This record gives sequence, C-alpha cells and structure tokens, in this order.
Amino acid sequence: MSDPLFEFLCRMGDNTLVLGHRVSEWCGVAPVLEEDIALANTALDLIGQTTLWLNLAGEVEGAGRDADALAFRRDVREFRNLLLVEQPNGDFGRTIMRQFLFDAWHRACLSALCESTHDGIAAIAEKSLKEVTYHLERASDTVIGLGDGTDESHARMQTALDRLWPFVGEMFTGDDVDKAMTSAGIAPDPASLRPAFDEKVTDVLTNATLTPPESDFAHRGGKTGKRHSEHLGHLLTQMQWLQRAYPDATW
Amino acid sequence: MYAQMIRSTGSKVKTPEEMDPQERAFQERIDAGGKIEPRDWMPEGYRRTLIRQIGQHAHSEIVGQLPEGNWITRAPTLERKAILLAKVQDEAGHGLYLYCAAETLGVSRDELTRDLLSGKMKYSSIFNYPTLTWADMGAVGWLVDGAAIMNQVPLQRTSYGPYARAMVRICKEESFHQRQGFDIMMKMANGTKEQRAMAQDALDRFWYPSLMMFGPSDENSVHSAQNMAWKIKMNTNDELRQKFVDQTVPQAEFLGLTVPDADLKWNEERGHYDFSEPDWDEFFEVLAGNGPCSADRMEARNKAWDDGAWVREGLLAHAEKKKSRAVAAE
Repeated sequence: MSDPLFEFLCRMGDNTLVLGHRVSEWCGVAPVLEEDIALANTALDLIGQTTLWLNLAGEVEGAGRDADALAFRRDVREFRNLLLVEQPNGDFGRTIMRQFLFDAWHRACLSALCESTHDGIAAIAEKSLKEVTYHLERASDTVIGLGDGTDESHARMQTALDRLWPFVGEMFTGDDVDKAMTSAGIAPDPASLRPAFDEKVTDVLTNATLTPPESDFAHRGGKTGKRHSEHLGHLLTQMQWLQRAYPDATW
Repeated sequence: MYAQMIRSTGSKVKTPEEMDPQERAFQERIDAGGKIEPRDWMPEGYRRTLIRQIGQHAHSEIVGQLPEGNWITRAPTLERKAILLAKVQDEAGHGLYLYCAAETLGVSRDELTRDLLSGKMKYSSIFNYPTLTWADMGAVGWLVDGAAIMNQVPLQRTSYGPYARAMVRICKEESFHQRQGFDIMMKMANGTKEQRAMAQDALDRFWYPSLMMFGPSDENSVHSAQNMAWKIKMNTNDELRQKFVDQTVPQAEFLGLTVPDADLKWNEERGHYDFSEPDWDEFFEVLAGNGPCSADRMEARNKAWDDGAWVREGLLAHAEKKKSRAVAAE
C-alpha cells in the first residue's frame, strides 16, 4: 500500500474530478435554463474542490506532481474515485439521482472531515461543506419534484434509483487506508457515515414517493482502484487527451 | 451584442410633425436621454423591434454555450476548465436576464424559445462556426467577446430601461471573458510550435466571421435609421466594425500573429486601418441556416428541449400538487 494519506486525498479529489467532469457534460443541453446554470455551478464547485484535494495529495506525495499532473497524467488503475461518480449521465433523472446520492454521502463525509486532526484537510472540508450543503439541498428538491411529479417523471426517477443503488454501498465500505486515517484522527470510518446518509435519503425518497431496492448488494473496486467500470477509461480519454497529445506544452 | 439584421418598422423615420402627440412625447423623452420603462406607452414598432433584438441576443447566449461547451470536457488544466465553466455559466445567466428583459415587453420565455427552435428567430451567425482546437477557446474570448463588447458598451445607454440595465451587468462579465480569451491566446502564441500553429489557425478561421458579427453595411437601411432614432441601436455597423479592427490589429501584432487580410494597412489620413470586407454571400448563407454548424446547433437545442420536456412537466406537476395540498390544509 502506498502512503495512506496520499491514497485518501486522491480518493477525495478523484471523486470531485470525475463527477465534475460528468456534470460538465451537460453544458448547454439541460432541460431548462436554470438547470444549465445550476449544473455548471455544481461542476465548477467540484473542479475547484478537486484542485484543493489533488494539490494537497501532490504535496503529501512529495514527488513534484501537482493537481494537474495527477488529474491529467494518471491512468484508470491509478484513479481512486467511487464507481458511482463515473457512471454515465443517462437521462437528467439519473444525473440528478447520482448527484443526490453522492451529495448525501459527501455532506456527511465533509462534516466529519471538518474535525480532522490534519489542518489542511479540515480547511478544505470546511470550504467545500458550504458548497456541498447547497448541492444537496438542490438535488433533494429536484429528486422530490421529479419523483412526486408526473407518472413519467416518477417512473424515470424510480428507474434511476434502481440503477444506481448498487453503487451506494461502496461509499461506506472501509479498507486499510480508511483504518489508517481513522486511527490517526484524520478521517472518519466510512461505516460511521451511514446513519446520517440513511436518515437524509429516507426522508427525501419518502417525500419523492420513491422506494430503494430491497437488496443492499454493492459493487466495489472504485475507491481502491482495483476494478473500475469500463466507463472511466472513456472519460479519461476525453479529459486527458490534450495534455497527453502535447506533453511539452503549457496551457 | 449578438443581434444582426434587426428588422424595424420598414418605413422611414417620422418627422415630429408626422407624429401624434403621444408619440412625439415618447420621442422627445428618448432624445433628451430619458429611459422608457415597461409600464410606459411605446409605439408598437418599438416594442416589436426590441423583442426581436433582445430575443436574438438571448438566443445567442444560449446557443453560444455549445461551441464553448465543446471544449469543457477537454480543457487542458483544472484552472482552464474552471474558467471555461464559469464563462459558460455566465452566458446562461445573460440569457436569463435578457429573457426577463424581453418578458417586460409582453412575450414569454417559452414563446421566444419556440421561435428559436422552429428557426423563426435567429441567433448570431458566429455560433454557427466550429471550435476545432483549444486555441479556438482563446479566439472566441478574444475576438467574439471582443466584438460583442464593442456592440454592448454603447447599449448600456439604450433607451429601454430593462435592456440598458441588463447590458451594464453583462458588459462587466464580457470584459472579463475577453481578458481570459486573450490570456489563452498569449499562452498559445508563446507556446510550442504546434501551439503557435493552432493560434494562427484560430485567428485565420475566426477573423472574418468576427467582422460579420456587426452585420453588413447599414448606412442606407431604413431599419437602422429608425432603430437609431429610438436609441435601440447606438452606432452604425461600419463604425463598430472599424473600431473593432482598429483595436484588434495591434493585439494580433502583439501576439505575433498575422491577420488573414493581405490588404490590411494603416491609413494615416483616416487615422484607421483599411481592411477587406468579409464575404457577405457566406454571411447570408449562414443566416439562412447554411453555416458549418447550423444544423448541429439547431439539432442540439431541439434535442435538449425535447429530452427535457418530462423534467419541466414533472416539476410543474409537483409545484401544482404542493399548491393544492397547501390549499387543502387551510
């Protein structure tokens, strides 16, 4: 295992990087102008957070890599994001459901990280928490609005929830990296975030008249980097192309 | 501004004697530099022309997200990605204020959107050109936003209050975009051999389409004369185009790039650059829907609107349910 702190920071930064990229794919084609603005704003926040996490990861690593080097020059197996965030956008309903499930975890995680013994991490968490609280509020309202909207919007949101639920469990599974972080007081035990997540998700889904699947089966392999989905490679192909095609250029 | 070829009443400007007292008072107020507000009386031609102009401007902001959105997922650094996202977000915001300004004239955003999607209303010709390399993000900011600012700064003094106020806010953000665009061009022009080649190629492709943004020479146009009398249009197209060329040529020289015009030269006597006109046949083809990306842009907007129908309907249905539940609870 490489330095657990570096691993942990890559997990945080890769989540926001990959989700920020996915959300930015909506640019100019959202269902309504207000959503174009909101999605761009969410992507912008996530990319800003990425810069903070990955720059800190680079500092911790001490090998001269900055956020850009980590974002644009690593391959699939070196990425540490959750499988949830690399899932394709699908329709708007799936995009918003993915955002909601991630935000509910992200908010719980950042709230705990504000108490981190690592000052740099606590500072990033504090800044990000304000943004993510707003993301969660917006995503919750939209999930409720569409779940409890027309028959079609309800059906689409239920389909999105069923499709994405198997990616929820990974957010709460721990490994040796998490153990090292927890024992150093740097980050919370992932399992400890589940009650806050469940409370929020149950409340929103109830208001949205949506039902989570009974099975809690969870796909794994994103945060450890052991087995990403096929989707991540395509995302990186697009995101990293310019940097890799012209490696000597500065931009 | 991104409005071109805005039709007006089609008749020549009335003299004060030809106007009825209400219209004369209206014109005198404009002549004295006063603002017209939504509740004020206004000639029907003034209202319709403004709807066309503000609507076209709003549509341009919306369609204008597409050529830049084309590069958000391929931006070369996190900072460039964030700047581009912020810019596209600003553009959607401009679209929103402009639709709101148009709504004060009695037309809804949905009606304007339908007219855009059916092709009845236009958006600026410039957004029908493709963005092919990262240098195009620089060229769009530098040239396209530069040309837009040239048009919009005087419109901060336009006679219609809500439009003038929207323009004040928009201009601030556009100047920021232009600086960011120029900054990308500087990096590219001072970069590797390939980057310099991309920068030159971007200038070659965007130069004439940028000159077209001001529209054809309109000195003899009745539409233009009426719109200028109403202070909906503040300068002629040729004045603004000249100003743009005069400002941009030294910037190209500073970048070490060549403006693709063999006849471009400084005219000491006029105190301006002499330059070649763009190909106006191409311009009219683009306006007629034959731009390199016209079909793609319209398809993308129509698809977004159609795919989003269930979302808009769902959210509306929910809002109505909430309202009726609140009433039932009373």
